[in-house]
Amino acid sequence: MTSFSKSTGMMKNLSSTATPVAAKRTHHAPPPASAGQQDTWLLEPTEDLRARISNLEFWYGDGTQAIQQLSMPLVDKRVTALIGPSGCGKSTFLRCLNRMHDLYKGVKYAGEITLMPENVNLIELDPMAVRLRVGMVFQKPNPFPKTIYENTIAGLRIRGIKKRAVLDEMAEKSLRQAALWDEVKDRLHQSALSLSGGQQQRLCIARALAVQPDILLLDEPTSALDPIATARIEDLLNELEGQVTILMVTHNMQQAARISNYTAYMYMGQLVEFNETDALFTRPKCQRTEDYISGRFG
Amino acid sequence: MATLNQTISDAQAHASLVRRNKNQDILIAGLGMLILVIAISTLLAMFLDLFITGLPRLQDPDFYLNFPSRKAEEAGILSAWVGTILVMIVTACISVPLGIAAGVYLEEYAGSNWVTDLIEINVTNLAGVPSIVYGLLALGLFIYAFGMSETVLVAGLVLSLLILPVIIVSTREAIRSIPEAYKEAAIGLGADQWQTTYSYILPAARPGIITGAIVGLSRAIGETAPLITIGALTYIAFLPNAPVSGDFPFINFDWVTSPFTVMPIQMFSWVSRPQAEFQINAAAAGVVLMVLTLMMNAIAIYIRYKVRRTD
Ligand SMILES: Nc1ncnc2c1ncn2[C@@H]1O[C@H](COP(=O)(O)OP(=O)(O)OP(=O)(O)O)[C@@H](O)[C@H]1O
Ligand SMILES: [Mg+2]
Repeated sequence: MTSFSKSTGMMKNLSSTATPVAAKRTHHAPPPASAGQQDTWLLEPTEDLRARISNLEFWYGDGTQAIQQLSMPLVDKRVTALIGPSGCGKSTFLRCLNRMHDLYKGVKYAGEITLMPENVNLIELDPMAVRLRVGMVFQKPNPFPKTIYENTIAGLRIRGIKKRAVLDEMAEKSLRQAALWDEVKDRLHQSALSLSGGQQQRLCIARALAVQPDILLLDEPTSALDPIATARIEDLLNELEGQVTILMVTHNMQQAARISNYTAYMYMGQLVEFNETDALFTRPKCQRTEDYISGRFG
Repeated sequence: MATLNQTISDAQAHASLVRRNKNQDILIAGLGMLILVIAISTLLAMFLDLFITGLPRLQDPDFYLNFPSRKAEEAGILSAWVGTILVMIVTACISVPLGIAAGVYLEEYAGSNWVTDLIEINVTNLAGVPSIVYGLLALGLFIYAFGMSETVLVAGLVLSLLILPVIIVSTREAIRSIPEAYKEAAIGLGADQWQTTYSYILPAARPGIITGAIVGLSRAIGETAPLITIGALTYIAFLPNAPVSGDFPFINFDWVTSPFTVMPIQMFSWVSRPQAEFQINAAAAGVVLMVLTLMMNAIAIYIRYKVRRTD
């Protein structure tokens, strides 16, 4: 099946040559008469893109196909939320974008993840080269058992940066960006494990930001945190809008509504709907999206 | 069904359940305590016995500074303790880096194919091979085939072979116990496999690796059979050349190729003497050997503490 909106004949032939044709579409697809008429819906954003995913498929080593025919744009310097029921493949999709799956044996990709503006297919790049540009923050905070300072600059060390002044400057800058500086500036050389869970997660975000990634992936970054820590991280993501391209998985639809510009709804390894966040939550184009966001299932 | 519901909701049944579980806890704790007391007191009794028997010699400074002698009251352990320390240095320098490297390779780099499986099975089994077999192997390989003589170096090689499996297996266990999340965090930052292993996995696995190395070295320090098999002498009345000297180039490695004896061999040779005075010497040497082993452990604990603090 195609991953594009079925009602518009114009899009029917897109799946094989998604990039060139889709790039021409600058207007939103015509809205349907009422919700629930569509099987899938894909908005074509008017803003610049950072990446375009076309017909992505992914198989785990045991042969399970976890992603099928997934296509969607990733808008430059905006926050995109990824929602969907548990097990629908959100994490799997996210981990395709930094090739984390390549750590494990027997995985297989198909399709394209085209990075803009260079127009290179991320799936054909060396996984390490990809990870140098695409950062990731995990569901559970995972600081290294080292000092706060060493954690913040870990990515810079990996890139071979040794100048103390540069490291110090970047450490402060990214800790400030992650709204953690005031809390840790007096204890930079204490173990990161002495921080609270919320602070650890912000440290992980600082660690990811320190290397100035093109794209930042976040997999349910606040699901292990209390409401106050969550609010701080949401504020931080709001501030990062306009600076970094962010793709974030969340189970919390209020959170998606609060911080994202665009939202993608996934179901069973496929993309159901991609739209501006307001539109997706107030006027979902697909019945399945409406069922999910109104809590009728999932 | 009725009885089940009754059991589940009946307060009296709950009370007796709690009592039973508590009794069980007390029983297990008591049993564990008993076993611990038996084990520790046996060890302590043995050590005290050795200590009391050996005390006359232990108090005599000459005991530590004399070479072996036919007269029990003049015989000392100088060549033995120096030999033990030298052999342990060589053993540690060979087995620890090799063992860690092999463990890292098997755990992080080797693909899973039949060669790896074969190596794995062999390594695990080698840990259980009697030490005298290693002695025979070394005799055939190092002494006869390579034409080496019974030197500190060969002793270090044999003991390294003997404890390599222990170090390899414990390195692998230690690496395997590091959560995948560390690895993914490092890889996710763009680290290559070596950076990930060296800068993030190995430091986190260090306590387990050091423990494995100490268990191995503690085994090596007490070994007699393989060293006697390769022809270690029981009577050495000289010391190897000192590694540091006043003449250029100041440092030399002559000691590596020097004949040697070690503490357990010295003990063994004294124990097999008929005269009672030599039994005193043997007991005193036993105490010194135990103290050497404890010192080695203390150094390891210090290293562990030190590296943890500088993280
Ligand atoms: N290592 C794996 N090997 C095989 N199948 C896997 C593996 N990891 C996940 N899957 C399968 O892939 C599908 C998608 O899993 P994924 O973890 O991406 O879901 P998710 O949307 O992130 O769910 P959640 O919201 O619970 O985190 C699931 O059906 C899961 O069983
Ligand atoms: Mg997930």
